[in-house]
Amino acid sequence: MTARDLAGWAAALATLAALALAPVYLDAYGLGLMIGIAGYVTLATAWALFSGPTRYVSLATVAFFGIGAYTVAVLSETLPYPLVLLVAALIGLVVALVVGLSTLRLAGVYFVIFTFGLAELIRQLVTWYEVNVTGTLGRYIFLDLGSEDIYWQLLALGATTILLAWWIGRSRIGLALRVIGDDEVVAAHCGIDIARVKLALFAASAVIITLVGAIQAPRWTYVEPAIVFNPTISFLTLIMALLGGANRLWGPLLGAVPLFLLFEWLSANFPNHYSIILGLLFIAIVFVLPKGIVAFAEKQWKGKSAEAAP
Amino acid sequence: MLVTAILTGLVLGGTYALVAMGLTLQYGIARIMNLAFGDTIVTASFLAFALYSGAGINPVVGLAIAVPAGFAFGYVVYSLMMRPLVARAKDKASLEIDSILATFGLLFVIQGTLFVIFGANYTSYTYLNVPVTILGTNIAANRLLAFALAVLIGGGLYLALTRTRWGTALRAVGVSPAAASLVGIDVNRQARFAFALGSALAAAGGVAISMYQTFTAASGVVFTMKALIVVIMGGVGNVLGALSAGLILGLVETFVATYLDPGLTLAATYLIFLAILLWRPSGLFGRASR
Amino acid sequence: MTLFKRRQFLHTLGIALAALAAGGITVSSAEERKSVRIGYAVSKTGPNAGGAGITTIPNYVLWVKDVNDAGGLEMPDGKKLPIEVVEYDDRSSAEEVVRAVERLATQDKVDFMLVPWGTGFNLAVAPMFDRYGYPQLAVSAVTDKAPDFVKRWKKSFWMLGGGHDYAKALAQVLVDANKAGTINNKVAMISIADGFGIDLVTAARPAFQEAGIEIAYDKTYPIGTSDFTPLINEAKASGADTFVAFSYPPDTFALTQQSQVAAFNPKVLYLGVGTGFPVYSKNNGDNAAGIMSLGGIDPNNAENAAYRKRHEEVTGQGPDYWGSVITYASLQMLQEAIKRKGLDRDAVSEELSTGTFKTVLGETKLEDNQLRQLWWTGQWQNGQFVGVAPGDRAGASKPVLPRQPWKSQ
Repeated sequence: MTARDLAGWAAALATLAALALAPVYLDAYGLGLMIGIAGYVTLATAWALFSGPTRYVSLATVAFFGIGAYTVAVLSETLPYPLVLLVAALIGLVVALVVGLSTLRLAGVYFVIFTFGLAELIRQLVTWYEVNVTGTLGRYIFLDLGSEDIYWQLLALGATTILLAWWIGRSRIGLALRVIGDDEVVAAHCGIDIARVKLALFAASAVIITLVGAIQAPRWTYVEPAIVFNPTISFLTLIMALLGGANRLWGPLLGAVPLFLLFEWLSANFPNHYSIILGLLFIAIVFVLPKGIVAFAEKQWKGKSAEAAP
Repeated sequence: MLVTAILTGLVLGGTYALVAMGLTLQYGIARIMNLAFGDTIVTASFLAFALYSGAGINPVVGLAIAVPAGFAFGYVVYSLMMRPLVARAKDKASLEIDSILATFGLLFVIQGTLFVIFGANYTSYTYLNVPVTILGTNIAANRLLAFALAVLIGGGLYLALTRTRWGTALRAVGVSPAAASLVGIDVNRQARFAFALGSALAAAGGVAISMYQTFTAASGVVFTMKALIVVIMGGVGNVLGALSAGLILGLVETFVATYLDPGLTLAATYLIFLAILLWRPSGLFGRASR
Repeated sequence: MTLFKRRQFLHTLGIALAALAAGGITVSSAEERKSVRIGYAVSKTGPNAGGAGITTIPNYVLWVKDVNDAGGLEMPDGKKLPIEVVEYDDRSSAEEVVRAVERLATQDKVDFMLVPWGTGFNLAVAPMFDRYGYPQLAVSAVTDKAPDFVKRWKKSFWMLGGGHDYAKALAQVLVDANKAGTINNKVAMISIADGFGIDLVTAARPAFQEAGIEIAYDKTYPIGTSDFTPLINEAKASGADTFVAFSYPPDTFALTQQSQVAAFNPKVLYLGVGTGFPVYSKNNGDNAAGIMSLGGIDPNNAENAAYRKRHEEVTGQGPDYWGSVITYASLQMLQEAIKRKGLDRDAVSEELSTGTFKTVLGETKLEDNQLRQLWWTGQWQNGQFVGVAPGDRAGASKPVLPRQPWKSQ
């Protein structure tokens, strides 16, 4: 490990420690913002974990997010909290494996639509089950978890996710993935088991997303399918990751943080024209930052250093 | 009972088909994945409502206003927003992502504008809500009108696309823009026309639907999703496929509601859709690969 | 235990910091107060905007205008302070509404908060209102668990009753009509697969059973259903004289239209949310007569009539006949409680809980933090949606049954 690596690790740890102390110096609203940011950074990074290298655009985010939240709602009274999280992660894993095995051969927009349909299907089935089998729709979560507990869990999960993404990027799998994104046929000829790698990534990404849902759910007290299977979550995650750049380690984070703060600022200052401004901004982003913030910044930086070099 | 189920299913499916055909043109030929499609539909619904309740213009006449307006809207959107994206796209995948993001923005702009103008209220009015008896089954005249419109447009478009030179050029653009330009087809013009035509169809659908369905400024997404399902089921760019898929979907919903459980209609829709995607990813009537 | 300690620590730390920061300001702010800050987060966009746009937002706008036109909120010392509004759009997302309420309480430091729209969202924000000590007058929330919630969150007030109240009242109306020989004792009912529909239908099943009413058809349909022909045909074939739909506005409108086309003429037609919307009578004209639903008004209450007129003048649309008037009444209660107790939130909560208020509903008093003077069943009669149950309440109209068959328009 070189000195530079060490410095990098030290900086990362210091940042993490500073973030972990946020509940001490932030008020409740600030903490609420941090929860939102940590949640979306984790979602976007987890999304990019699978979708970045494989270029599969997934709208199934909310399917797993909802599964996590719902599991907590169903089990919070009967099992101790850590076990509930474990069960949620397991359910997310099983669903991801089943879905992954059957769908990862779809390509392009078919996969996009399939994942969206999947989220809706799960929502319909959960609703039907609740209505016909349990006879209640809408469940209460009365867990004694404060905002800071939720925040710390999300922070830990987010840090783990980024670490995982970093590790994958450096490992043999990461190399394989880059080949898949560029050309599947070449990848197959190189002896990479494409199907298995894709499935593993999809599952990892899905489990993390499930956990985000499970951790955030206690904040809402009341959970029903319409609340936890809100398709906006899928779309926002996708937009944030793409804005930052789904192929870079820090891309999703750099997309999620500014967008999240922007949404917040817009909804506070322009409650009646929020949608219009947001829409125009999206269009502008597509035209101005087609490859994401990170790629744009790199280009600017490279351009400048190239000028300075000779 | 069976006859009733078949008839109401077909009429319901007519609505789905009507909504989907415009999208299949936009996505199949102009290659734009338009997430704001449903909001075009809702805008037309609001237009029909405003014309009817404000100026007393009946929605059938309203069609004559909304359809050209929809065409113009699509024309402008394609020229201003989509053309630059198409021009810079390296491949199909990057255009797909760009168009998803850009039209997602457009969706918000249209929705926000509708909220500002019409508010968030549930909007509905009643027009042509009179029973027409067919084979002993009562069917609402307004739904029958939407069904007839779907069949006419679907049939007409199919003939135009397959039997005319103009249609062949359009389809050529859909199959391969690069090859089409080699044989002297102005790809940009054809794509723009297809996109505008898709918008015009969306407007027609919106006016027809407004006669019997309640809508709000936020209901665009629902129409987009339904249309997408039908488009994918029928095969992208396949007008007759969209028509058939729409009708099948209507029949499925009605049969599930009648013979199984009304609570499972939407679940059944998605299940069938997902099954078709897995079994024949290019749609029921699509070519094996494109 | 560790959790408790940690929070205690943070809490103490927070208070210490706040005290340090606020040190100099507190002295002067009491004298210089020029306005009362009222904040709310409500769904202006997204799927919930349709409901919030009719029951909640127009009444907030109307109330603020009414108060400010009269010079502001009156304080116990007779001084009047204008209302300053802080509003957010929760975009129909539970996470957003929770954060917006945190923001109102801790950043904007509003004096009072108004509630969001919907049962789920009122429950989502209840812990926040409770933690920061704001009274919560939850209007558009129908829940049978209100008595439990009142114990959990002492400053929460539940204004729209629970599913059991509505179901029992309807069962009583049906039993009376059956005894009078107007209808048979069979009911066909459908419900939307969402909180509201399920709450009501699970309450209705035992209520009907107890009352000796036979349920001949009982199905649930998903949100987003647009064609009800199969359900209407089944209900028609069931031989029931009564058709009950615990539905949402789009479904209510569609059911009305499609029943006409199918020539489905149940003697009692009871539909869900949306029946009391002004647009409903506008679209259906004479055909609305006789249709029943939740809510209603006393047609002879002049205060209420004046409110309805003012609502239409100020907001450009009429109020609905169920939640709207309750929303406005809840705001009047808040206004009156502030007049009596000032801006001390604890005292205002106490006053809301125990006081008697004069509102557009007439004399209003909460029982165990719940509003119980409600119209559980209403019916369209002579162009108004009037309350018919509880029948022994002052101002109740007599139900008119059977409903006339559809007329072609």
